Amino acid sequence: MQWETVIGLEVHVQLDTRSKIFSGASTAFGAEPNSQACAVDLGLPGVLPVLNEAAVAMAVQFGLGIHAEIPEVSVFDRKNYFYPDLPKGYQTSQMYHPIVGPGEVEITLEDGATKRIRVHHAHLEEDAGKSLHEDFHGMTGIDLNRAGTPLLEIVSEPDMRSAKEAAAYLKAIHSIVTYLGISDGNMAEGSMRCDVNVSVRPRGQASFGTRAEIKNVNSFRFVERAIAFEVERQVELLEDGGEVVQETRLFDPERNETRSMRTKEQANDYRYFPCPDLLPVVLDRAYVDHLRDNLPELPADKRARFQDALGLSAYDAGVLSASREMAEYFEAVKEVCGDAKLAANWVQGELSGALNREGLPIQDSPVSATQLGELVSRVMDDTINGKAAKQVFQALWNGEGQSADEVIEAKGLKQVTDTGAIEAMIDRVIADSPAQVAQYRDAEADKRGKMIGYFVGQVMKASRGTANPQQVNALLKEKLDALC
Amino acid sequence: MHDKTLTELAAGLAAGEFSSRELTQALLARVERLDGDLNSFITVTAEQALDAADRADAARAAGNAGPLTGVPLALKDIFCTEGVKTSAGSKMLDTFVAPYDATVVEKLRAAGTVSLGKTNMDEFAMGSSNENSFFGPVQNPWDPNAVPGGSSGGSAAAVAAGLVPAAMGTDTGGSIRQPAAFCGITGLKPTYGRVSRYGIIAYASSLDQAGPLARTAEDCARLLTAIAGHDPRDSTSVARGVPDYTEELDAPLAGLKIGLPREYFGEGLDPAVEGAVREAIGVYESLGATVREVSLPHTHYAIPAYYVIAPAEASSNLARYDGVRFGHRCENPADLTDLYKRSRAEGFGEEVKRRILMGTHTLSEGFFDAYYKKAQRVRRLIRQDFLDAFDEVDVLMGPASPTPAFDLGARKDPVSMYLQDIYTIAINLAGIPGISVPAGFVGNRPVGLQILGTHFAEARLLNVAHQFQQATDWHLRRPALAEETL
Repeated sequence: MQWETVIGLEVHVQLDTRSKIFSGASTAFGAEPNSQACAVDLGLPGVLPVLNEAAVAMAVQFGLGIHAEIPEVSVFDRKNYFYPDLPKGYQTSQMYHPIVGPGEVEITLEDGATKRIRVHHAHLEEDAGKSLHEDFHGMTGIDLNRAGTPLLEIVSEPDMRSAKEAAAYLKAIHSIVTYLGISDGNMAEGSMRCDVNVSVRPRGQASFGTRAEIKNVNSFRFVERAIAFEVERQVELLEDGGEVVQETRLFDPERNETRSMRTKEQANDYRYFPCPDLLPVVLDRAYVDHLRDNLPELPADKRARFQDALGLSAYDAGVLSASREMAEYFEAVKEVCGDAKLAANWVQGELSGALNREGLPIQDSPVSATQLGELVSRVMDDTINGKAAKQVFQALWNGEGQSADEVIEAKGLKQVTDTGAIEAMIDRVIADSPAQVAQYRDAEADKRGKMIGYFVGQVMKASRGTANPQQVNALLKEKLDALC
Repeated sequence: MHDKTLTELAAGLAAGEFSSRELTQALLARVERLDGDLNSFITVTAEQALDAADRADAARAAGNAGPLTGVPLALKDIFCTEGVKTSAGSKMLDTFVAPYDATVVEKLRAAGTVSLGKTNMDEFAMGSSNENSFFGPVQNPWDPNAVPGGSSGGSAAAVAAGLVPAAMGTDTGGSIRQPAAFCGITGLKPTYGRVSRYGIIAYASSLDQAGPLARTAEDCARLLTAIAGHDPRDSTSVARGVPDYTEELDAPLAGLKIGLPREYFGEGLDPAVEGAVREAIGVYESLGATVREVSLPHTHYAIPAYYVIAPAEASSNLARYDGVRFGHRCENPADLTDLYKRSRAEGFGEEVKRRILMGTHTLSEGFFDAYYKKAQRVRRLIRQDFLDAFDEVDVLMGPASPTPAFDLGARKDPVSMYLQDIYTIAINLAGIPGISVPAGFVGNRPVGLQILGTHFAEARLLNVAHQFQQATDWHLRRPALAEETL
């Protein structure tokens, strides 16, 4: 039987506010345990929450970024359950009236095709603390630094049909939130985590199969792997005549498998009800319009502009707009050199290759956008040839010089275009290679084209790569043919 | 000095007739001598009180005294007080020392008042007799066999017994007004949002409100002026200016339109209580007020709606008492579930557990719409009843409680206890202010007249109560205990 996979994602994005969603404590990552938890975060008797306006603004910006409805009124609810790192015994969240209504996210697939994934809603909530099970000799340590960190939970419709689509969606969300500057999107530090709902159904069947929810998947790669495993598990189960049970599962990246955590029967009854300590959030139109007017250019718009205004291919535009850092770097290079296509080639070619080799993100590139832009300019104005340009790039990468010009100067890579100088080098090479010259002379006219390569190589070598290759070619041909 | 009102004591301090230290010492001595039986205090903070009195005297000497500088009072043990045990009347918090001050406490401290300590209360403010306290019941100063009312029973008894001129309480369904009535003193529940809830241990967040218990409406006016106002730490506190609530006290009552809710004079009302209340209304008529009957048609839904909403909120508010970070923790827990179960089973009393169970039930899947949502709809109807009534009249009057104080141990059945609050509970659901003033006796037990106004009509309520106290002397009556001098 042909199976179809159906995937929905709940993405938790940690909002980059300075203080927590309901208290004034700092949200900075990595501090001493419990040093960033105030009375409110500890859930001490008598404390009350006060909503952080910055978190509201960020949530609305996200909503605007996915062209979602922004309801005038949203309400915080309490989700009640007991857990040691949940200090109040409830999580303040939004169950019935979320701050962001239905919207959509466009994803780009590997073949360049695009697809729209609908977002059901996004709501604000507070994060819990952390339970630390190591180093406490059979006890559990509780660190409440993270408790009260603002989260935006983005709930998609079950619109994805493959692990690749799910990963593309997650990347799209990542790029929107980082473009907006509302999250650092750092998955390793847990700034973005997701729960994946997966089910399978016979191709052509209209109704959904029973789904399993995989909790807390925290990398793009793990999302793909967890889904791949889960789909295989469910298909195998169904093909053996079994049934998928609705349950919550955990992905174990070490063993590359998902494991059952709790079934539907064991699920909590969260007893949601409106939080009586917080007033409904009422957003007036002017506030929302102001945020809309001040939105930065988002990935989809940027991609379109790269194609339409800069003349890049769909593929290049997609790659270069995928992350805010990449787009900003590319645009800075283009700004300096003035040629979008060359800038795109260098960013995606030499630079990306080097970054990938060393596993560096583009914002940590040792070669700055200005340096690369100047380098491209020197290729454009024929100061250096392509070969030398790669040497200059490598030198800048290694920190041997502050600018392309400095490296060109120091290494003497300036392209030689003086015909007299090139001729002198050619004459010397011809004089030093009597055997090759004889071969050339004896060869048939149509074979000579290939044989000229040897002489070009020798001349370039003699010029230490600085001779203009087109000139070398032309002059060599002239001189060799004159000998025939 | 103990027989003076707060207003008189403030005047005495201002005139230099006695120092705050002398006054504080005298009252601490009374607490020492009388409170062993009365049990109105959970914690007496004598040392801190004397320090605060000295600071008040120093401030006065330096010419920096305000209207309440050096005035002693007490705080219901539900207000967090930095460095002092704050128990909420529960074993759960018997060892909890608050690391911060509630906003009300901060304001009273800033006003230069001197707290003698923390008063007894029904556990987590759940109760109408103060018998639900982990720290034992409180005697009614008028009769040692009678309850003082609840949940602010300790505050009411301490004021009635002349241990303090005033005390702070909280009122979620009548917890200031009913004990004030039972103890023959004046108690004001302000409009929801008038006084910050920050630092007050939550029972039912949408109903809880702090207010003063004192001898007179004038005393209450002075205290409300000090504690009211918007607090950026409490989103439900209202951004609205705070007047000097003493300014309108003397306004004449001629033309005042009084409404008597038909539903507050029906079945279950003790005829002797009704007699006293009707007599008090006669006093108002003699002061130029007109009286008419009005109807609050949804009154009989108030208790059921309250016992859905308040326990629902409480079940969530009390979830933080889990034995993990503070409060009672059971010995040698076997695992996490055991830690939760035994810590909570041991730390909470019976009534608290009953309400947590009720609230957990009404919020659970399948019951939420039938109970919680419906109760919220009823709540809106009840609020509308009052708004409609206030279109016709200025204030509503009736008994604060259907009976005078009952005997200790007399109400075993929780429902009969819940029915005690029949005249007070709807006021919290509507969010309006209410005040109880002494209006007579049944035997040796006081009767309270309840006066209700529309949202933020505290100045009017205090004026109406004050004028009654200018015309009567019920508020000046003292139990034998309070007459006793040292």
